[in-house]
Amino acid sequence: MNIFVLVKRIPDTESKIRINHETGTIVEEGLTFVLNPYDEYAVEEALRLREAGGGKVTVLSVGTEESRIILKKCLAMGADEAFLLKDNAPETYDGLRLAKIIARALEKKFSDYGLLLFGKQSMGTDNAQVPSMVAELLGLPQVNVVTKLEIEGTKGTAHREIEGALEKVSFSLPAVISAQKGLNEPRYETLKGIMTAKKKEIPILSFEDLDLKEEDIAPLLEVAKIESPPPRQAGKIIEEEPEKAARKMVEFLHNEAKVI
Amino acid sequence: MNFELTEDQKLLKAMVRDFAQKEIEPNVKILEDTHEFPREFLDKLGKLGILGMTIPSEYGGTKTDYISLILALEEIARASPSLAVIVSVHCSLFCYSIMKFGNKAQKKKYLPKAAKGEMLGAFSLTEPGAGSDAKNLKTKSIREGNFYILNGTKSWVSTGSEADASIIFASTEIKPGVKKLNAFIVEKNFPGLLASKIEEKMGLHSSLTAEYVLEDCQVPAENLLGEEGKGAAVAFHCLDGSRIGIAAQAVGLADKAIEEGVKYAQQREAFGRKISEFQAIQFMIADMSTQRDAARLLTYKAADLIDKGKPYAKESSMAKLFASEAANKIAYQALQIHGGYGYSKEFLIEQLYRDARAFSIYEGTSEIQRLVISRYLLEEC
Ligand SMILES: Cc1cc2nc3c(=O)[nH]c(=O)nc-3n(C[C@H](O)[C@H](O)[C@H](O)COP(=O)(O)OP(=O)(O)OC[C@H]3O[C@@H](n4cnc5c(N)ncnc54)[C@H](O)[C@@H]3O)c2cc1C
Ligand SMILES: Cc1cc2nc3c(=O)[nH]c(=O)nc-3n(C[C@H](O)[C@H](O)[C@H](O)COP(=O)(O)OP(=O)(O)OC[C@H]3O[C@@H](n4cnc5c(N)ncnc54)[C@H](O)[C@@H]3O)c2cc1C
Repeated sequence: MNIFVLVKRIPDTESKIRINHETGTIVEEGLTFVLNPYDEYAVEEALRLREAGGGKVTVLSVGTEESRIILKKCLAMGADEAFLLKDNAPETYDGLRLAKIIARALEKKFSDYGLLLFGKQSMGTDNAQVPSMVAELLGLPQVNVVTKLEIEGTKGTAHREIEGALEKVSFSLPAVISAQKGLNEPRYETLKGIMTAKKKEIPILSFEDLDLKEEDIAPLLEVAKIESPPPRQAGKIIEEEPEKAARKMVEFLHNEAKVI
Repeated sequence: MNFELTEDQKLLKAMVRDFAQKEIEPNVKILEDTHEFPREFLDKLGKLGILGMTIPSEYGGTKTDYISLILALEEIARASPSLAVIVSVHCSLFCYSIMKFGNKAQKKKYLPKAAKGEMLGAFSLTEPGAGSDAKNLKTKSIREGNFYILNGTKSWVSTGSEADASIIFASTEIKPGVKKLNAFIVEKNFPGLLASKIEEKMGLHSSLTAEYVLEDCQVPAENLLGEEGKGAAVAFHCLDGSRIGIAAQAVGLADKAIEEGVKYAQQREAFGRKISEFQAIQFMIADMSTQRDAARLLTYKAADLIDKGKPYAKESSMAKLFASEAANKIAYQALQIHGGYGYSKEFLIEQLYRDARAFSIYEGTSEIQRLVISRYLLEEC
């Protein structure tokens, strides 16, 4: 089976995000970038499926040349091939635009796909749109926020967490699956993997190669403003005897925080 | 001139950091408090290929350039300076010395296991009466038939009690009255080798440091490493390279100390503001990060010379001297930022401060580094 994993480069969640208020973008300088953690589950799952049932794992990322490093990481983890779908646009936050690029690439260059794996969302933009949109554009079944996946021949079952329950979904392949934390425990790259990855090329596909025109992928979304969240207020400490403190706490939750 | 790491160096650094943060860091305090040898993490590092970084693939290793080894040590030290010294001794002293000076049979016998961490190595030069003056060893080796018989005491053997094999140095009389050194590969169960007394150290608690007592220890003659009487060359050549690893260990510790100091300064309030708003604290932070960057550059420079096949002994000493002293200053200042809490075991900086103290002592004291460096200049001019 040909498994494709779609991955994105994101700022490390531990880095301090600074905002350029003039351009309404995040300042990239001084940030460290990593593979989106949800995508890491997707890559790991693809590798496990290949190890169990054979096939090939191909990783795709839409982004600038800077995204090469996360593709290399996927190769070092054990992916067979990686391609960069080159997009020089800064973060557009436009899920549909990305989905169009991905769907087109799959149709034009990788139409032999058997399974498409995504992270359930990318940290930072957190839209959780792209997997569903790609599935819709390609007319494929989709299961999102998956915590367990089994593939048998041309059929699969996936478990997903829903409010207060676990949903089990059967589907036929090809399909779109988006990975949730808990699906697996991603492996670390080994040195051997890193050395193998070093020797592998990462071919670049441009929008021209994909027959995509500017107007096809013009963002439909305009970012009006980005702002840092307000600093967290210091916690309140109630210094009383336990009985009185509890009473005060309930009062506070009821009247001020208005959560009960 | 290019100050950028290559793609695979970046990848390796990120991988080791990720591993160290997720797997090692959460366990460091308990390992240090209980003086427990980090066996579990060494096994894992072995599986990742980190323990084979000085061994080529024909002997089952994962040899990389030296910068990559340095990056790995730096990242391990950020999480656990103890683990970093264990890995450094194993890779840059034990494995490297066999790779460089061993014959084919020795390489075949020891390196494939060492590369995977199935065999852990130590390096034993120091004696109770000879540290800096390392050529002046009292431990004797005498050839008897197919064996060398070793007698004496070796001290301060990092990993000693846990090692499967060690490079042990002993003196030999090549001519009556002419003493030279021999290097041997000594397996832990060779008769007559006793690893005893674990040193009670100030820091680096999970790196166990033992004393070796050699009582008519029988070492097969085929385990002589390098030529008879050429042991000093083995020791000094290997230490020239591994000092860069100690420099990297210092840089990693310094980096962590700064992180801790900055974090604390941004939380702690005194006189109605965050202490990071005081210029006194800001200047400490500026000095610490400048020192760390300078140390890192010297360290990478020395490693780069190895990779380029150029002489590196002077630069390696400079990196080790500067980085180990910088790490001590940085740990001091980062502790100072913590005020009274820095003196408490509840904060990591207390451990880092103690751990750093060994750096300017082992693998050549700061004074010995200065001797080495100045000698180059005096001879060059
Ligand atoms: C934690 C730890 C781990 C160690 N692990 C190992 C190991 O795995 N294997 C191993 O073989 N050894 C190991 N050592 C030993 C270490 O290498 C020695 O402690 C070091 O070389 C110094 O030797 P010494 O302790 O005998 O001090 P000495 O040589 O007695 O030095 C005492 C002081 O005199 C100074 N001094 C000595 N000679 C001169 C000179 N000519 N000019 C100016 N000043 C001088 C020194 O700089 C020092 O300040 C370890 C030490 C420590 C602390
Ligand atoms: C072993 C030990 C024993 C002790 N015993 C006692 C005792 O018996 N009784 C007692 O009362 N206390 C005792 N202390 C507490 C000690 O006096 C305090 O730790 C010390 O006064 C520093 O205060 P702090 O720890 O709150 O640090 P902080 O005041 O929070 O200082 C943190 C850092 O900020 C710096 N800083 C703070 N304000 C400024 C400023 N305005 N400008 C520039 N820099 C600033 C400090 O110099 C320090 O580097 C003891 C502490 C120790 C370690």
